[in-house]
Amino acid sequence: MSQAEAAGPVHGERARTAPRAVSPLWSLGLFRSELLITFRRWRTLALLAVLAAVPVLVGIAVKIETSDGGTVGGGGGEGPAFISQITNNGLFLVFTSLAATLPFFLPMAVGVVAGDSVAGEAGAGTLRYLLVAPAGRTRLLLAKLTAVLTFCLAATLTVAMAALVTGALLFPTGEVTLLSGTTVSFGEGLLRALAIAAAVALSLLGLAALGVFVSTLTNSGIAAMAATVGLLITVQIVNSIPQLDGVHPFLFPNYWLSFADLLRDPVYWDDLLKNLGLQALYTAVFGSAAWARFNNRDVTA
Amino acid sequence: MAQIQPRNPRRKAVRYGVPVAVAGVAAATVGLVPALASSGDPDLPKVSAEELVAKVAKSDVDHMSGTVKVSTDLGLPSLPGGGGGGGFGGGPHDSGEGAGKDGKDGKGSGGDAAPSKKLSELASGEHTLRFAADGPDKQRVSVMEDAAEYSLIHNGRDLWAYDSGSNAAWHAKAPEDAKGAHGGSAKRWQGGEPDAVTPQKAAKQALKALDKSTSVTVDGTAKIAGRDAYQLVIKPKGAPDSTIESVRIGVDADNGVPLRFTLTPKDGDKPAVDVAYTKVDFGKPAASSFDFTPPKGTEVTEAKPHKSAGGELRGPQGLDGLTRSGLEIVNKSANDWGKVAKLDTGMPGGLGGPESGGKGDADAGKLLDNFTDEVKGDFGTGRVFSTRLVNALMTDDGKVYVGAVTKDGLVKAANQDHSAK
Repeated sequence: MSQAEAAGPVHGERARTAPRAVSPLWSLGLFRSELLITFRRWRTLALLAVLAAVPVLVGIAVKIETSDGGTVGGGGGEGPAFISQITNNGLFLVFTSLAATLPFFLPMAVGVVAGDSVAGEAGAGTLRYLLVAPAGRTRLLLAKLTAVLTFCLAATLTVAMAALVTGALLFPTGEVTLLSGTTVSFGEGLLRALAIAAAVALSLLGLAALGVFVSTLTNSGIAAMAATVGLLITVQIVNSIPQLDGVHPFLFPNYWLSFADLLRDPVYWDDLLKNLGLQALYTAVFGSAAWARFNNRDVTA
Repeated sequence: MAQIQPRNPRRKAVRYGVPVAVAGVAAATVGLVPALASSGDPDLPKVSAEELVAKVAKSDVDHMSGTVKVSTDLGLPSLPGGGGGGGFGGGPHDSGEGAGKDGKDGKGSGGDAAPSKKLSELASGEHTLRFAADGPDKQRVSVMEDAAEYSLIHNGRDLWAYDSGSNAAWHAKAPEDAKGAHGGSAKRWQGGEPDAVTPQKAAKQALKALDKSTSVTVDGTAKIAGRDAYQLVIKPKGAPDSTIESVRIGVDADNGVPLRFTLTPKDGDKPAVDVAYTKVDFGKPAASSFDFTPPKGTEVTEAKPHKSAGGELRGPQGLDGLTRSGLEIVNKSANDWGKVAKLDTGMPGGLGGPESGGKGDADAGKLLDNFTDEVKGDFGTGRVFSTRLVNALMTDDGKVYVGAVTKDGLVKAANQDHSAK
């Protein structure tokens, strides 16, 4: 804040003719430019393409395996969640794909984008020019964070949409049987799928904030990405060791699969709310840590 | 460089205080809120144990729904490949040819989704269930799993089981004459009743067994699932060998519905069985939740009408179940809590004994050695397989004694049986 206040009057007039009163729009402009930077990168587009390919591959594999009338995995309930229902209802490809990508693919993509957000600029030597503009460090960081969060949503929706299109093309669609055995209309099924996509996107917030914090620690984009993805893997491993179950409720991926609770009837909110609370906590802690670090940082590059 | 370097170094430390403060507040909230919420048991008018028992017996709540947490720690050793023991109190171990049989029958007759297998999974670990009831003809219970659910839905004459994980369904239809009569149809679907695992069921089982050998007291009040409740404590009296320390039942002060059932064995404080509502609602559940049509492509197994679904989930008075399956009570003089059942396998050498022969059997014997202790008595020698609640003695002449009594109690009963002959 102090940056913005101190720098505003001096540089504001030089950079823009508009008075300071329009600063909300100015923030939006900053956010928009961050968004464009993020989504115009080939790297980001390649990540989204890989994510979109997952449901297509799963769909085609299931189609080929069941083309002789058999069931997936012999009906033994193996493989990613919901995979046995795909042949009956293409909508389940959305749930299967999200369940398959959530443990690793999606967070990895988020880790790459988040890790690169500040450190990438520092590494390329563009961070100081950004700071010369009268945006202020806090606002710049907020814009960066918002862009990363938008990427979380975009990545999840990419998987969900690719899965929906593939599922609708390859498999029949219609009424959806929920996990509890009750049947709902296809429209409500779609709504639940949308809610699930939102829940998955929100599940990634904690990691996104963590990634941005790591990104403020270093000048090397690659190091920040590697550290974020490495942290993700470490936490996933810790989360799978039953002897450490005392710390599991505090690890950000612990409630990730709770999105499946949206498919119960009635919806089982306990774990979903725990997940949201945990993600909000991670976002608050690491977001403010990133803010503290970024505002105190000696930016030389 | 003025803009590029932070201006005031003193603010550095203050800034880093923000994330620390956020984490601290969160930790304090996590630590304090449950403590504050659980403080103070509700203030309720005093009732006698008899009044409370009568209240439970009279309680007639037609429709309700809720979430039930079941945690069981029976002290069963984890056998390779075995889900951990048979039905509660019934099969002391998976390899016991006689006592574990009903579990095996269940596996044979039912498909993937048959209730017996699933319900016996509840005999170990922690599970969350959801239960809904609307009158005697409509009930459902769902066992929540990771991204899957196992539901048992009773609607009129139909009993459906649906396993969303494997996308398999199981169906049983009560014959015409059993229509409407809940008791009749439930008996036909041994253990397939959706409400078999609710605190109500367990509490009613326990209260049925009340007699002179039992002490019943009211021990204060508690908040269970956000409702005021009395705590009813049942303790065995005059059964020194019983493994059961106490049974504690939380009874809703308003309508007498048991909300919590806790069974504590004599060894250690951790309950062996703890079934409790974490959320309960006495409103009418949505009618749609009792409708089930198997989705396209679901494999449906029809239950054979004359074969029991097997794998009954028994109440705490597991011995009732054992006697029903044709076992003999050896110490009839003992009270209900100290009874021991006998099963004659007719296999001299006993289970895993040296005479059984064969390399596989020798391996099995070794495995059995790990789980059992050798004991001696007037009856000869035998092995005791113990869990926290139920102990089983396999003698070398092929008899199996089972009871919710201590090792010494079993040996005593076996000696008694031996000298009676």
